[in-house]
Amino acid sequence: MIPGLEHYLVVSVLLFCLGLLGVITRRNLLVMYMSLELMLNAANLALVAFSRFKGDLNGQVLVFFIITVAAAEVAVGLALIVALYRKRQSAHAEDLTTMKL
Amino acid sequence: MTLPDILFYLFAALTLLCGVLVIANPFSRNPVTSAMFLVLTIISMAGLFVLLHAFFLAAVQILVYAGAVMVLFLFVIMLLDLKEEERRKVKSFGLITGLISVGAIASIFLKVLLTAGPGAGAVVPTLDGDPVPLGKLLFTQYVLPFEVVSVLLLVAMVGVILLSKKDLK
Repeated sequence: MIPGLEHYLVVSVLLFCLGLLGVITRRNLLVMYMSLELMLNAANLALVAFSRFKGDLNGQVLVFFIITVAAAEVAVGLALIVALYRKRQSAHAEDLTTMKL
Repeated sequence: MTLPDILFYLFAALTLLCGVLVIANPFSRNPVTSAMFLVLTIISMAGLFVLLHAFFLAAVQILVYAGAVMVLFLFVIMLLDLKEEERRKVKSFGLITGLISVGAIASIFLKVLLTAGPGAGAVVPTLDGDPVPLGKLLFTQYVLPFEVVSVLLLVAMVGVILLSKKDLK
């Protein structure tokens, strides 16, 4: 079959679900963060595919902004993880129980 | 089937395979392996961008994600303790509930995709991947968001420097 819009969207959906599964099942903060990046990338793929098949460049501009904001977000998140590791000596989601009742 | 079609299936399979290996690698639970497979995922996704004639975005994807972001990830992984992850067991309760919920969401997405058939009304693609119209759009219609994003990057930079100081108050 010649790949059309649906094919790209199916790849995007599957990749998004993989990222979601990673965030839910993995407990290492860094791997959870990488799964978040996977989800962002899946959204980017869907936007670029729509932009291509509708002949509209606005989707690509949005992807450009998403990539920029994601880079800033990764920097801040990793700095938070490092600060957390200095305080608690752990980068594991199950050890962060301070706010648990 | 022409060469781009074959390349689409190749890159899509590579993206999904490496995506699986990012979150669940049967051979190693080391975060460095996950990071390396995330790099591969991002590079094959840049290949998909090229197939979609988004050449500028493919270059940005490789430069920003595979270059800057992943180097940052690897630096932080090296900064932290890696032995910790190996000892811990995966909780089967979390795995089962995660699989059920993600399966439900995936089935909803795919059902919508199959019933809506978004590709039916799609015209034959007209954009030829030239970056000039993209740049024109970015500096005319989207010039305000562009400037706001530059301020956001500055704020993020200052915030990261503050957060990673030794004596965080």
